[in-house]
Amino acid sequence: MKLASWLHPILAVALAPLLPVLIQRVKALFAGRCGPPWGQGYRDLWKLLRKGGTYSRTTTWVFRAGPIVQFACLLVALLVVPAGGLSAPVAFDGDWILLAYVLGLGRFFTVSAALDTGSSFEGMGASREVQFAVFTEPALLIGLAALARETQSLSLSPIYAELATGWELPLRILLGAGFFILYLAENCRIPVDDPNTHLELTMIHEVMVLDHGAVDFGFIQWGSALKLWVLGALWAGLLPLGTLPGPLTRLAAGAGGILALAVLTGIVESVTARVRLLRVPQLLVGAGVLCTLGLLLTIR
Amino acid sequence: MAGVYSCPLFVYLAMPLEGIYLFGLLAGALALLAASGVGSLLAGRWSERWAVGIGAGGAGLACGAGLAAAVGALLRRVDLTVARPWRMPYGEFRLGLDPLSAFFLIPLFLLSGLAALYAIGYFRSWKGRNPGRFWLFYNGLVASMALVVAARNGVLFLAAWEIMTMASFFLVIFDEADSRSAHAGWIYLVATHLGTALLIGLFVLLGRAAGSQDFGTYAAPAGMAGGLFLLGLAGFGTKAGLYPLHVWLPEAHPAAPSPVSAVMSGVMIKTGIYGIVRLLAILGTVPGWCAWLVLGIGAASGILGVLFALAQHDLKRLLAYHSVENIGIIALGIGLGMLGMTLGLPGLAALGFAGGLLHVLNHAIFKGLLFLGAGAVTHATGTRNIDLLGGALKRMPWTGATFLIGSVAICGLPPLNGFVSEFLIFVGAIEGIIGGDAAVLGGAVVLVSLALVGGLAAACFTKAFGIVFLGEPRSGMAAMASEVGLSMRLPMLALAGLCGVFGLLMARGVRWMEPVVGLLAGGMSPAEAAPGAVRALVPIALFGLLAALVLAVAALAGIRRRLLAGHAGRETVTWDCGYAAPTASMQYTATGFAQPLTQAARGILRPQIESKLPSGVYPAASAYRSETPDMASQLFFDPLFRRAAWRMGQLRWLQQGRVHWYVFYIVLVLVLLLGWALWA
Repeated sequence: MKLASWLHPILAVALAPLLPVLIQRVKALFAGRCGPPWGQGYRDLWKLLRKGGTYSRTTTWVFRAGPIVQFACLLVALLVVPAGGLSAPVAFDGDWILLAYVLGLGRFFTVSAALDTGSSFEGMGASREVQFAVFTEPALLIGLAALARETQSLSLSPIYAELATGWELPLRILLGAGFFILYLAENCRIPVDDPNTHLELTMIHEVMVLDHGAVDFGFIQWGSALKLWVLGALWAGLLPLGTLPGPLTRLAAGAGGILALAVLTGIVESVTARVRLLRVPQLLVGAGVLCTLGLLLTIR
Repeated sequence: MAGVYSCPLFVYLAMPLEGIYLFGLLAGALALLAASGVGSLLAGRWSERWAVGIGAGGAGLACGAGLAAAVGALLRRVDLTVARPWRMPYGEFRLGLDPLSAFFLIPLFLLSGLAALYAIGYFRSWKGRNPGRFWLFYNGLVASMALVVAARNGVLFLAAWEIMTMASFFLVIFDEADSRSAHAGWIYLVATHLGTALLIGLFVLLGRAAGSQDFGTYAAPAGMAGGLFLLGLAGFGTKAGLYPLHVWLPEAHPAAPSPVSAVMSGVMIKTGIYGIVRLLAILGTVPGWCAWLVLGIGAASGILGVLFALAQHDLKRLLAYHSVENIGIIALGIGLGMLGMTLGLPGLAALGFAGGLLHVLNHAIFKGLLFLGAGAVTHATGTRNIDLLGGALKRMPWTGATFLIGSVAICGLPPLNGFVSEFLIFVGAIEGIIGGDAAVLGGAVVLVSLALVGGLAAACFTKAFGIVFLGEPRSGMAAMASEVGLSMRLPMLALAGLCGVFGLLMARGVRWMEPVVGLLAGGMSPAEAAPGAVRALVPIALFGLLAALVLAVAALAGIRRRLLAGHAGRETVTWDCGYAAPTASMQYTATGFAQPLTQAARGILRPQIESKLPSGVYPAASAYRSETPDMASQLFFDPLFRRAAWRMGQLRWLQQGRVHWYVFYIVLVLVLLLGWALWA
């Protein structure tokens, strides 16, 4: 059982580059294009990891440390996130606080690396990133607190194991909606941000990493894919899967949920437009309200 | 080992008791501080070097001895009191060393010693002034803070408190050429004395009920515990900087020389927290509404502190507002502990108190570090205005790296020390949320406040670090900066190292906190349950993950190095979107970086903006300036003091300036008093 729990992080690191491709293929389907081949994510990473870098004279070691810290943070985050009722390799009371805070650490260094270039574009992206984080972080913690109260447990693995058995539909719907918005916002997806936009002025996350290249950019791409996976796992755990037999079935169900969420994201990206930048905080506060309602629901 | 020893000082040292040796060490440190302060002043009449040597050397030596005594006392769980007669009504020279005092003495001596070393390099030139004037007050401040923490007699406590206030006042106005520091000092003096007035009331009431000013005999009269706590909260809260009594902090901290700001913000305001906690230990149980009050004030201090910090352009003023924020986090922890006590949830009480108190120690370390870093930047560039700085990391690599570590720590991010204390408070909050229905609200308030504060602090410190140290210099002053000397670098390096060591070590277990937490949670029936819970507080897995995080960063850095090994790294300009001649002024400024958030919170911040927008087909120069004055000062204290001044002005006819009128007033008062004495 304990050994099986390590399968999830390994699988996540291996499969995560598929997620952005999956989203793009869904979008291509809607647009009537064929989309990138399935292996495109891996091919990009392979190319980036072998390239030599070009660095701005303005930058310092902080610029080079940014992608490394972000990637390391997501690797650590993977160790506490359960999937499909399969418990995570590491579980302890309050592990979801660590999860939220390692994501915060990654953000701190991504933002610092962006400011290190001295570019006004990247400064703008950094400024927007920290602004949105102020709204998403409390919403995520409130949502997880609601789950903790519902399952009377302080750790993610027992929370999600307990959750797989029950059937509290209103709570699942409220938190599912809330977590989905957080997933879109944290992963820079439409309607908050557009990863495919070509105009620096309108970007948020992509503009922060404009100056990165080579292995640094490879780490960033892989890290972004892992972030899709980590937050996707938090959402997929809300699906009422029931207690599945055997760790492999659970793992498959968890991964299936994460892939399904990517398909859903592709659909949302195809049918909605970006909201105006000034309206994004309202959307994020909306996520916070949904999570708070979820918490209130657990106080009967 | 609790006991009272009443005999000459040298006998203490000879007593074959370990606790007493430690006590002697502490007493020796206090004596050395006093002696070196006076010695420095005398020596300064004929030699600057000797004055600095005696003052700083005495401070360093005494802080080392005091630190050893405090750590030893905490580890050995010393609990003893020593008393000597003092010719003062109700006064007695009664000093004590227990886990709570020892715990507060650790950051006090640690930071004061390092800041003393820093001060040697900070004052490059004394401009013909006697350095003894600085060292007398500095060493006096350190000694009086230690005395405050060790005092076990109300009169002695108030005397030490007053010496502490006056010493820090003279340090704030040390740069007397600057009229703004005189103004700041004045605000500090008034605010802190209003607080002291409340404290005198508190001790008089406590002493009246007990019949003596000995802390050991104090006991809350029936039904008055809540009132007394309120009095203490307001009095001590003024020193600690709890909202809305924080108004002196953003004035005094920037005005003081940087080593003094570090000590004031890192440890002096914590004597206020010590007072509140000691009062809790004395009162035993307080009514439930006190816990809610502390929680509410903590949430307000935390959120408003960081919001106002976000709107500042002055680096040290920004840090001062962050002190308000961190005192709020400490209050959230203590409030959670009090709530646990009230509701009879020992786990909640232990987590809350442990997290809050641990944050006292952690904040001393990273805030001390940040103030020293800010001082180094000011020292090297001559400005504290963030919008004029930039690119300092290249010019001051050591200061920059340590400032980054301090910034990560103050945001409560893993794997540094700030995370561990916030983690404990967070777990306490969740414990409350999943626990009984009454604790849900408390837990939720703490959870939401901490999460919000965390996000805003990250925004504020990516701004402070990113704009000051990264990018290109925004002014000639910033471009000319160079790294500071060794005596300023060493303390910063030591504190940065402690941020990392404490982060990993404290996650490993906070067993040595047990006696301190036990003292506070001891008043409740399952007294043993609370200290026991502390051991399980920080799971071993957390330590493993924090270590894994560090290892992962190291491993990835190694992989990156190997992957890039075969390639020649090219250097060029930052991507400028095809624009050929970028200038440093095109970079984001601190004001611009924080603008989305300050704009969203403009209803609270109420910034005063002067702007000249570009207009016409060929726009000429444009300008934008924003200033965010303190809300509590503007809406409450300024109008209050204006009214008070006006009312007092109406009594001015009493002051004629003629001596015989004043003699008449004295006679009149004496006659009235005589009449009252005869009649009563």
